[in-house]
Amino acid sequence: MDFALTEEQLMLQESIGGYLRSSCPLDAVRKATEAGTTHVPEIATELAQLGACGILIPEELGGVGMGFLEAALISEALGSVIAPVAFVASSVMAPIALLGAGSQDQKETWLPRVANGEVIIGVGISEHIGRRETDGIFADDNTLTGKAMFVLDGMDADTLLVADNDAQLYLVQASDVTRNKLKTIDRTRSVAEIIFDQSSAEILPGSVNNRKHLNDMVNAGRVMLAADTLGAAGTMLDLAIEYAKERRQFNRVIGSFQAVKHMCSEMAADLEPCRSLVWYAAHAIRAIPDEATLMACHAKAHLAETGRFVARKATEVHGGMGFTDLLGLHYWFKRIGFDRQLLGAPEVVREEAASAQGWI
Amino acid sequence: MDLAYSPEYEQYRMEVRQFLDTNKDQSPPPYGRGNGDGKARDWQKLLIENGYAARTIPKEYGGFGGEPDILKSHIIAEEFASAGVRPGHSGDNRLVPTVLELGTEDQKQWLVPPTVRGDMIWCQGYSEPGSGSDLASLSTRAIVDGDDFVINGQKIWTSGAQHADMIFCLVRTEPDAPKHQGISYLVFSMDTPGIEVRPLLTMTGEATFNEVFFTDVRVPKHQIIGNRGEGWFVANNTLKHEREGLGDPNQAENRFREIVDLMQRETMDSNRLIDNPTYRDRLLSLQGRMLAMKFNGMRVLTSQIKKEEPGLPRWIIKLQGCELNHQMAAMAIDSMGELGILYDDSPYLRDHGRWQQRYMMDLGLIIGGGTAQIQKNMIGERALGLPKEPKFEKPLN
Repeated sequence: MDFALTEEQLMLQESIGGYLRSSCPLDAVRKATEAGTTHVPEIATELAQLGACGILIPEELGGVGMGFLEAALISEALGSVIAPVAFVASSVMAPIALLGAGSQDQKETWLPRVANGEVIIGVGISEHIGRRETDGIFADDNTLTGKAMFVLDGMDADTLLVADNDAQLYLVQASDVTRNKLKTIDRTRSVAEIIFDQSSAEILPGSVNNRKHLNDMVNAGRVMLAADTLGAAGTMLDLAIEYAKERRQFNRVIGSFQAVKHMCSEMAADLEPCRSLVWYAAHAIRAIPDEATLMACHAKAHLAETGRFVARKATEVHGGMGFTDLLGLHYWFKRIGFDRQLLGAPEVVREEAASAQGWI
Repeated sequence: MDLAYSPEYEQYRMEVRQFLDTNKDQSPPPYGRGNGDGKARDWQKLLIENGYAARTIPKEYGGFGGEPDILKSHIIAEEFASAGVRPGHSGDNRLVPTVLELGTEDQKQWLVPPTVRGDMIWCQGYSEPGSGSDLASLSTRAIVDGDDFVINGQKIWTSGAQHADMIFCLVRTEPDAPKHQGISYLVFSMDTPGIEVRPLLTMTGEATFNEVFFTDVRVPKHQIIGNRGEGWFVANNTLKHEREGLGDPNQAENRFREIVDLMQRETMDSNRLIDNPTYRDRLLSLQGRMLAMKFNGMRVLTSQIKKEEPGLPRWIIKLQGCELNHQMAAMAIDSMGELGILYDDSPYLRDHGRWQQRYMMDLGLIIGGGTAQIQKNMIGERALGLPKEPKFEKPLN
């Protein structure tokens, strides 16, 4: 019984976290997002060298062949510095689909290039979680027609991985579709509307009449977004505590007032168990497959709720400054808001958790 | 991350299971305290002999004398719980560790063996009417007269005082010292002349607490644990042990399963409550919180096995665990609707009124053992490093 990170995992956390803390401060995020960038190439290159882009990809395909817990630690580290860089779709969801359902040729074509940071694969599957503003995607003779909404890492992608209305998975070249950027509250990440009009598409053979691979992508994506929220909320809490120790009013630091202290304690008390939930959900994907869906749903929903609470309270601890652009807290606030809705809002995933336990 | 138990521990689990299979007919009813007709005493004796009770208490003081092994303790607790058999005890998990750590040899011989056998039942005399969260301001006085302390004052919230043989009690022996340095920790019999116990009815309708009054109670001077004026530090040792017991994540998981069962049984307009999306969503929110606390507990357990300080994950257990239990009881009551207000021995009462009892008892537990607000102070100050409230030289009005 050992519910803890291994030495190797701690080292990974330190190497990725250390790099990001030094190379991706708020100023860098600000600069990138003001230029409309959601994928900073220098950061991506360095992350690829540290193994982050190929975290799940086996060594023979150019990756480092680690597991979902390691991927979650990276996602958390990215969330904690609100990194403007593609990860969840390109380095986690797409590789799972390709490894599980792709042909040997597809794997060899794409995975080494994902691992070394050369290409980005966007993922469009939101039609299977709660379809809005589209009738989905129809397949006909190696072409796709229809619309995918909220395609994650979509504007930065070279290639797109999408699901048709029968949950079969396809690769489509970005040059064969029409892409429209959807501006969101979170300027650190890219989502797109993708319009297919008899666009040529290459099916992942393993996904024919098999929903499993789509489900695996959704589970992993949800755990990664939960981990991203864990990281972002963790930073907001740290900033709030730091501020509460420095800001003085009525001749004392505000953290000595119980009203402020208790907000900090409540955030910490709610957030700390979330870490264990994310670890468990990430571990379960491979180690306890029977629980994978249930735990991914709970991680996604519970982190969304706790993230919202922390985002709001941490802003309040900062008083009026928390509301300003100057302090930049809103970057984390918005990232948490983004994570909450993508791949299923809490109400949606909790209902899936009920199904996963056979309650409905 | 490896959630499997090593073969050594799997083997140990099998041994515990086999022991329970063979012997559970001899066990007393699953709940209850005290030795009663002697069945409980024999059961406790058998458990100690096999290392399932008082595991780490040295043999010379009536225990099994095993090495501390958190995983074994955990396995024992799990197996006894799933077999529905009354677990053994280590005497009193507040007093015994304190005496073993800080008592004299004579005190250990006198107090530990009968406590571990279950022949000496204890109550805790800490809180006073004027000293709740600010416990160190307590004013029950003990003055020296010859070879005795003479105690006058009053305690409150004293759980089980009406059944206790003995009390461990904080009294002020040095009134001129700063408040934390003027307290002593005394142990004495509840049969000592001058003690009066008055049951205190609570909102549940039962008297789990008492008021205890001391009028010229004479306690021999050697019945002090630690030195005069050091009682606060001795007591903190006890509180540390008490806090960990409240908000146990295994208990939350069992309770959650009971609610699912309830919601699968109960109907409204002939529909099962679990089929009602509004109630179900609330149930699932609670499940998410419960799972987070369960895995947090596994993380704390892992730290303890490795003899590392768990830090924040442990500081939050009492606050979060008690609140979660209360919210679960509230969910159960709400899913019963009007049936949830039935009480006592009313017809149609569900689950013997257990949820109604818990809904109220849990509020008591949120307040007791250090209120939620005191917990938040401790989390803020000790785990997050936020400064304490400034102290004023004179009392404020």
